[in-house]
Amino acid sequence: MHPYLHIENASMVFDTRKGKFVALTDIHLKVEQGEFIALIGHSGCGKSTLLNLVAGLLDPTDGVLLLNDREIKGPGPDRAMVFQSHSLLPWLTCFGNVYLAVERVFGAKESKKQLKARTEAALERVHLAHAMHKYPHEISGGMKQRVGIARALAMEPKLLLMDEPFGALDALTRASLQDELMRIVQETHATTLMVTHDVDEAVLLADRIVMMTNGPAATIGQILDVDLPRPRDRLALAEDARYHHLRHAVLEFLYQKQLKKAA
Amino acid sequence: MSAVTLDERPLKELMTAADTEPIPASSPAHASPRPRATPWLQTEQGRAFSASVGRLLRAGLPPTIGIGLFLLLWQLVSVSSGEPGLPGPARTWEAAVALIADPFYDNGPNDMGIGWNILHSLYRVGAGFGLAALIGIPLGFMIGRFAFLSGMMAPIISLLRPVSPLAWLPIGLYVFKETEPASLWVIFISSIWPILLNTAAGVTRVPQDYMNVARVLNLPEWKVFTRILFPAVLPHMMTGIRLSIGVAWLVIVAAEMLTGGTGLGFWVWDEWNNLNVEHIIIAIFVVGIVGLLLEQTLMWLAKRFDYL
Repeated sequence: MHPYLHIENASMVFDTRKGKFVALTDIHLKVEQGEFIALIGHSGCGKSTLLNLVAGLLDPTDGVLLLNDREIKGPGPDRAMVFQSHSLLPWLTCFGNVYLAVERVFGAKESKKQLKARTEAALERVHLAHAMHKYPHEISGGMKQRVGIARALAMEPKLLLMDEPFGALDALTRASLQDELMRIVQETHATTLMVTHDVDEAVLLADRIVMMTNGPAATIGQILDVDLPRPRDRLALAEDARYHHLRHAVLEFLYQKQLKKAA
Repeated sequence: MSAVTLDERPLKELMTAADTEPIPASSPAHASPRPRATPWLQTEQGRAFSASVGRLLRAGLPPTIGIGLFLLLWQLVSVSSGEPGLPGPARTWEAAVALIADPFYDNGPNDMGIGWNILHSLYRVGAGFGLAALIGIPLGFMIGRFAFLSGMMAPIISLLRPVSPLAWLPIGLYVFKETEPASLWVIFISSIWPILLNTAAGVTRVPQDYMNVARVLNLPEWKVFTRILFPAVLPHMMTGIRLSIGVAWLVIVAAEMLTGGTGLGFWVWDEWNNLNVEHIIIAIFVVGIVGLLLEQTLMWLAKRFDYL
């Protein structure tokens, strides 16, 4: 059987004023349906570029990206994106922001009532039913990010793409949103690609951690299987030897194998 | 330092009093049958009232002094200009009261009440600006969205924008052969630039985040316009509208001086020919007040349309 997401020999070269800049080269990755992949690496390693390639926001200079055996050409609602900067439209309520996405995906075949129900269900899933009719500037940063997640999930995407979704949040909010994301992914079996620079986040959430070498011409350095049983509990994991072993493996990659090049 | 010593003395007395009389309520001096009601100004309500009066005074004082000084200066200039000279505030006020008492009389096209003149000027500003908005807003959107069009229009706009509004009047008179469309044309051509340029700038400044949402959702162009572009640009557009109407109001008085017939500008020129200087001064105030009201209304509207 073919893998769900198949990235083959992808590379990305940007034309800059100083000439060509090779951001990514020689990327091979196979992702199975329902898998949670964390992309980790030092900043500037091209992990967001890789995510944008999958999203279709960028076209690869070379190579092929296949989703469900079809080539990825341009962005589309089958790959929902959660942005670091939440990217909610400030003139729409939380409901309106999610509804815009729901309408785009299901508007052709479902009634207004069904679309409304989908929107409400998505906001309930992230525990925001009470703030449905508030505007983004009236809610906290963590709540905005939850609306962003609700918007992405409401589209029932084939792939959930997250670009450092919790990077701008404080540690406590981040932890509670990570727990919530784990629960939601468990419920929906969403295939997820998440860019992060947080080692704990990667080990806690991912089935596999894709570690990237430093740019320019970054590529996948190593892939780590996270074989911790689910559901995972952050408190129990804190005393789990396997967790520490995995964490150590990622840190070792980032700070011993990759640091020299970064310095 | 006297204030401090004055304050300290009763404080000391109070302190010693407290030592000698630990429970003042039980002392016979305070055992009057009916306790005196606290003065109204010391109640919660009263304090709130006096605080708001204080705020009002603090906010109102500088403008009041400013206006007072202005009137004084005006009076001084008027007195020192001799007889008949420049009319002072009192004479102007009397003339204004007489004018405002009958704003809507109509003795033929060259002699109308001040209300008619204001309405005529407002109509011309509205019509000329309306045309400018009708063309300027869509054009602004297109210039903002398509770099090619922007490049095409840039030299034309840069060349035409600094032209003094009245320089367009002869062209208008030549093309339309009539004064009314010619003055609308002048308003149109001089007020189109702020709204066009602000709309275009607004479009180019739509945050990339919002456009990314549109791209990831793969929204159709019409939805991109109604749900993302238009709301994002609206505050910029309102700024453009405000500036455009400001320009239109500046230009209309000058245009009407030249085209004649009706309107505040014509009235100023007509009263100059009659040497009725009070009325000229009144006209200046009326132009200023109407302009101020327009500006304030549009500011209020702009605030309503801002999404934050």
